[in-house]
Amino acid sequence: MTLKHLIAGAVLAAGLGAGTAWGVLPDEMLKDPALEGRARALSKEIRCQVCQNENIDDSSAPLAADLRKLVRERIAAGDGDAQILEFLRQRYGDNVLMRPPVEPQTWILWFGPPALLLVAAGGLATMLRRRPAAPEPDLAPEDEKRARDLLERNT
Amino acid sequence: MRRILYLLPLIAFIAVAAWFAAGLQRDPNRIPSALIDRPMPEFALPPVADAGVPGLAAADIRGQVSLINVFASWCVPCRAEAPILMRLAHQPGVKLYGIAYKDKPADNLKFLREFGNPYAAIGDDASGRTGIDWGVYGVPETFVIDRDGRIRHKEVGALTPKSLNETILPLIAQLSK
Repeated sequence: MTLKHLIAGAVLAAGLGAGTAWGVLPDEMLKDPALEGRARALSKEIRCQVCQNENIDDSSAPLAADLRKLVRERIAAGDGDAQILEFLRQRYGDNVLMRPPVEPQTWILWFGPPALLLVAAGGLATMLRRRPAAPEPDLAPEDEKRARDLLERNT
Repeated sequence: MRRILYLLPLIAFIAVAAWFAAGLQRDPNRIPSALIDRPMPEFALPPVADAGVPGLAAADIRGQVSLINVFASWCVPCRAEAPILMRLAHQPGVKLYGIAYKDKPADNLKFLREFGNPYAAIGDDASGRTGIDWGVYGVPETFVIDRDGRIRHKEVGALTPKSLNETILPLIAQLSK
């Protein structure tokens, strides 16, 4: 192992660390660990509107930081999780929720894939059941005896 | 009859693929506003110091059709949009207000001096909290407000002559009737 390898390893390790770094900055955190834990969990349910495929807990966008602060303020003020999500939903729409709510409009999203799986499984089951059983070999008695002799000779 | 049954999965696949292909044409950055046809959120913002126009509050806007443009000096598309807003401000029947979103007053002032001030009033939303109430996620954003103070349209991104002529101005004319 050369020095070069060591340096490359260190750089890689640093990169891995950065990958798991949080968007949350230390000065944003609540002092009460229980409340902070709630804030972290709730933040993972809220989509960052700027990056869209990240939740605000992971995102480093300025708007995500503002929303994290807002979540913590409301938690400190005694709001429930559902209340906070509803507050954001009224402003940013369903899009702000990482998990779309289950409602008639989203039924196809939630129940479509399992329904499709059921249909496919049902189709497969009927197909297998309808397929005629493999026909019995129709051998004359002397052919069967020959076959058995051949098999026995081989073993 | 059986053959059609066997073709069914293929037909379903083509239908779903066409649906997804159509979805890919849509810009994922344009999130429809949750506030359309809802009353605008209450707010009262101080003026940008030395900008020469008053601050902005929800109460100032009610009773007339107005445009609210959320902008910032750090926002690059806002620079592209600025000349269009200057022209828009001179059109009769258009009331244009600004919300300076998460901007330093000094920077905002520099921006206004450079491009001109098209706004009748500017609210300074330094914390961005009013922006959150308005569902702002990418400046510039422009809202069309009707006489009753309801949000009727939101344009995300810089206004263009096309969006003005095809969407904003016809909507203002219709709401002003």
